Amino acid sequence: MDELDELYQEIILDHNKRPRGRGELPGATHTAQGDNPLCGDEIRVFVRLEGDKIADVKFIGEGCAISKASASLMTQAVRGKTVAQAKEQIQKIHDMFTGQGCCEHTSFDTDGEIAALGGVKKFPQRVKCATLAWHALDAALDGKPNVSTE
Amino acid sequence: MCLYYSLMPSHSSGGATAKKTFCVQKVREDFPILGTHTRAGKPLCYLDNAATAQKPQAVIDALSYFYANQNANIDRGVYELGAEATELYERARKKIAARLNAASPAEIVFTRGTTESINLVACSLGGSVLKQGDEILITAMEHHANIVPWQQIAARTGAAIKVAPITPAGELDAMAFENLLTERVKIVAFTHMSNVLGTINDAAALTKKIRARCGAKVLVDGAQAIVHGDVDLQALDCDFYAFSGHKIYGPTGVGVLYGKQALLDSLPPYQTGGDMVVKVSFETATFKRSPHRFEAGTPAIAQAVGLATAFDYLDTLDMPAVRAHEADLLAYASAALREIKGLTIHGNAPNKGALIAFTMQGVHPHDIGTILDSENVCVRAGHHCAQPLMGVLGVQSTARASFALYNTRAEIDALVKALHKVNRMFNE
Ligand SMILES: Cc1ncc(COP(=O)(O)O)c(C=O)c1O
Repeated sequence: MDELDELYQEIILDHNKRPRGRGELPGATHTAQGDNPLCGDEIRVFVRLEGDKIADVKFIGEGCAISKASASLMTQAVRGKTVAQAKEQIQKIHDMFTGQGCCEHTSFDTDGEIAALGGVKKFPQRVKCATLAWHALDAALDGKPNVSTE
Repeated sequence: MCLYYSLMPSHSSGGATAKKTFCVQKVREDFPILGTHTRAGKPLCYLDNAATAQKPQAVIDALSYFYANQNANIDRGVYELGAEATELYERARKKIAARLNAASPAEIVFTRGTTESINLVACSLGGSVLKQGDEILITAMEHHANIVPWQQIAARTGAAIKVAPITPAGELDAMAFENLLTERVKIVAFTHMSNVLGTINDAAALTKKIRARCGAKVLVDGAQAIVHGDVDLQALDCDFYAFSGHKIYGPTGVGVLYGKQALLDSLPPYQTGGDMVVKVSFETATFKRSPHRFEAGTPAIAQAVGLATAFDYLDTLDMPAVRAHEADLLAYASAALREIKGLTIHGNAPNKGALIAFTMQGVHPHDIGTILDSENVCVRAGHHCAQPLMGVLGVQSTARASFALYNTRAEIDALVKALHKVNRMFNE
């Protein structure tokens, strides 16, 4: 596979075309907006916490294939998880793109689908697209209203 | 201090005696970067010229020659080297004044670029004339550089910003524009050519209309138009004209603010410090006249020389042939892009400069940009510093291919081929 095909893997293209967990979330307890000032893309993440558990998570917004697929994969990955588990997942994503602790986290939950984001590593200009939703989730869980990938 | 008036007769334009020609293949050899960055056998196809243009060898050489042989600070040293650097800098000013038909070199202020030029006018003019209830009129097709400085000064002075709308084809709505021209309007700032729609506004006619309606001062953002048209400042009759060196084949870090001399001399300084003062005490200072009043501190000396060299370079070319070539590129590319499934061109003004903003069904512009890059085709993807216009167009962002005099039909063919790849990857 060349780098481009690795970036736009089937999983990414599929989640771009049919994003999971897209839409408003009535009864959300937490929400935050993520802005990518580079392209003007915005993604809003909604979370409904029940105790310590993410009972539901959704997102709205327009973005490129990478940011939309990443948001979609994110909702799958953290729905039903505890806040601590979600935070760990966010850290793994962060590490994957900053090259820290690189090889430890090759296997992810959700059928390893998130690993499809790995292709983004070869495209440094697109890393912010891939992390936008995760930053927004992180901010929402921290009770912050918005975050920018600037 | 008008020393520079008496220096040397006006610099004659390069190639004035040689017969001017234009052959795109020969011109490409003048731009060294075009022969580099070949990837997997695919030559660099640079179509992001509206963001910044590539530089001819002549400009690159002028910079390096200046630093190797002529470098000194200006307006200070009594030594010969300093005098020579000063003369080169002022000769650059003269060259640009003559090229653009300003009434005098004193009307050419060197700035960092379009953005700083507009900020200067917003602060110095806006800060001194605007009051509560006054209006600043801009258009819906402005770059952030011609919006945000006005917002800032409006907030400080209590003035309001009015926005003239555009038509579906992407032209200024002339009727609405005229209706907004009331006595309350003190400043009108509009782009000569949109960096998204490509629309070329008839700056001379608009200025005339403004003069007939009210006493507003007129600023024209020439960042794109300077590249694609022949600017005659006195014919335009605007009060201010702003552009950047780097888009017209010159260096980064330098640009121009043209202003009518009497008006410039009546304005307070923008930045203050060394070089722009006549006399300073601990309590107060008096300021030089234009243009030095607006050039506080050490300016971009080598870059100003490089910018004049870029104009010298253009003077060696057959400019009507260059214009015809750019028009051909635009027509050829527009026709080819219209054939691509799901592609929409934003901006269909009859009078349009050589750039095309477009979107494709089912594909985000960022993804278009990445896939095109895999074919070594460089385009811009994003809001092009015109987010309010994106709102008017009903899109979040667009892709944009923008052409320079060195681009070819073969490069447009490469763009089209890469766009088919986009559709294959995303829409099949
Ligand atoms: C129409 C227009 N105005 C202003 C600017 C700002 O120019 P600069 O960034 O060189 O100051 C640009 C360039 O992006 C432009 O296209």
